[in-house]
Parts: sequence; C-alpha cells; structure tokens
Amino acid sequence: MTSSDAPAGTGSTGTRVLGLVTLAGIALGAYLALVASPQDENMGDAVRLLYLHVPIVTMAYVGCGLCTLASAIYLWKRSEWWDITAAVSAELALVFTALTLVTGMIWGKPTWGTYWVWDPRLTSTAMLGLLLLGYAAIRRLPSEPAVRARRTAIVGLLLVPNVYIVNRSVTWWRSLHQGTTIGLQPKIHDLMFFTLMFDLLVGALVFAWLLIHRWRLAWLEHEIELTELDDAIAERRAEAGVAPPASPSAPHLAMPRTEPTA
Amino acid sequence: MSNWFYVGLGWTIATVALVAYALWVIGRGRALSRRLPPERRRWM
Repeated sequence: MTSSDAPAGTGSTGTRVLGLVTLAGIALGAYLALVASPQDENMGDAVRLLYLHVPIVTMAYVGCGLCTLASAIYLWKRSEWWDITAAVSAELALVFTALTLVTGMIWGKPTWGTYWVWDPRLTSTAMLGLLLLGYAAIRRLPSEPAVRARRTAIVGLLLVPNVYIVNRSVTWWRSLHQGTTIGLQPKIHDLMFFTLMFDLLVGALVFAWLLIHRWRLAWLEHEIELTELDDAIAERRAEAGVAPPASPSAPHLAMPRTEPTA
Repeated sequence: MSNWFYVGLGWTIATVALVAYALWVIGRGRALSRRLPPERRRWM
C-alpha cells in the first residue's frame, strides 16, 4: 500500500455510501415518526418517542449479543480480531444502553407521571448498563493485551444472559412497563407498525456505520500500541547494545497476530 | 408540559449524543491515522 492510497481516517467508499443511505433513512424515519404516523389513543404524541426508543433498545441488545459471540470465539480462537470486535460491540452496547435509559425515562414522565420507578424492566436495564461500564473499566486496566482480552471476554459472556433477564423481566415479575407489542400479530395501526419497522432498519444502519468506524479506530489504536512497544524495545536494546531480532514485531506478546478481514 | 416537549427532548438528546459519538470516532480515527505509516492501516 502506498502513502497516496492509504486511508486518512476510518472512512472508505463503502462507509461513505452507507453513511449517505443512513442519513436519508434518518430523515425519512424522523418524518414518519414525528409527522406522518398518527397519535396513539392512550399515549397521545408520546408514542413518537417509541419510534426512537425501540430501535435504540434493539441495537443495545444487538451490541450485547455481538460482544458475547465475539468473546466466546475469542476464548476459543485467541484471535485479536475477535477481541477487538467484542470490545467495540460492548462500547456501542454501552452507548445504546445509556440512550435506552435516557429515552425511556423521558417517555416515562408523560406516560407514567415519573421519570424513574424501580420497575423490573428499568432496574434490570440499569444493571445491564452497570455491567457494560464494568466491561469498559476492565478494558482500561493496565495489563498485558492477552490478559486484558481474556478478562473482558469472560465478562462479555455474561451480557446475553443479562439481556435475556431484561427481556423476560416484564413476564417474570409484575411490571409497570408494557409487554410485547410487536409479535406475529401486531397490536398496532398499520402505519405505526410500518414506522416502527422502518426506524428499526434505520437503527440497524446507524449501528452498522458506527460499528465499522469504531472497529477501524480500535485497530488503529491496537497498531499504535504495538508500534510504541516495538519502539520502546528497540530503544532498550540499543541502550544495552543488544542486536535487534530478525522479526520487527513484538515477539513477547502472548496473542498470535492475525490479519484483519474487515 | 405537553407531550411534544418530551418528544422533542428525547429526539434531541439521542441525536446530539449519537452525532457527538460519531464525530469523536471520526476525529480520533483521523488523528491516529496520521501517527501510523500507510502499510499498517490495513483494513482495506
């Protein structure tokens, strides 16, 4: 790769096309949610928050699912690619879980008359957010890359069981939160159902765009970490008058290096 | 306050948060790219 065709950031032609499609989707999705779709007979205009809240919740779940899957594969294959995928998915899950709590609280005020109650769904979602914060904290603890990857992969395995608890909380315990609205036989108006499905698709596009860019950023961070390590080792060897090894990459790293495919 | 206040608040907070996160990712990606030689930016 020459310096002229090397990417100057995390973008590429593919992500630019995806970004434009996503922006068009956001504009149409917002129009459907805020203008075209009718009021709900119980919630009134507050239903328009659900076209935002439900896609955000769904993408938080997708992020958790991806993190658990990548963590399990990492523990099996010990590949950096899956470690980075797990870490990036967890970060996106944290962002979307935080937004889930914020948009849910804002929806709760006009609907239930309060921003927060210690309801099973709200409490279990807050617990999921805390678990994701714990994952992020462990990720930032100073340690060997392989140790850090193994620790976070073990935490990553806990995410899907937690998501299952969040999802089932409205049926296992008495809850203020509504149960399933969209199933095989949707209980809502046709245009409301279409708007919700369309905004779910837009949410998936936003998530995919963020995931690709964040993955590439994580790869850059990883490469810089390795470069700095190589430089530091070379400096120490020069100080000690030891000849450099044949391979320039850090030989002491426990994790085998694999080529990225994204 | 009317329901529209809460609708506007929710949509604004989510949009601002996601745009801010996206800008941080893009900005940091550009900054880190400058610190790496071209042959190590290899996801393409």
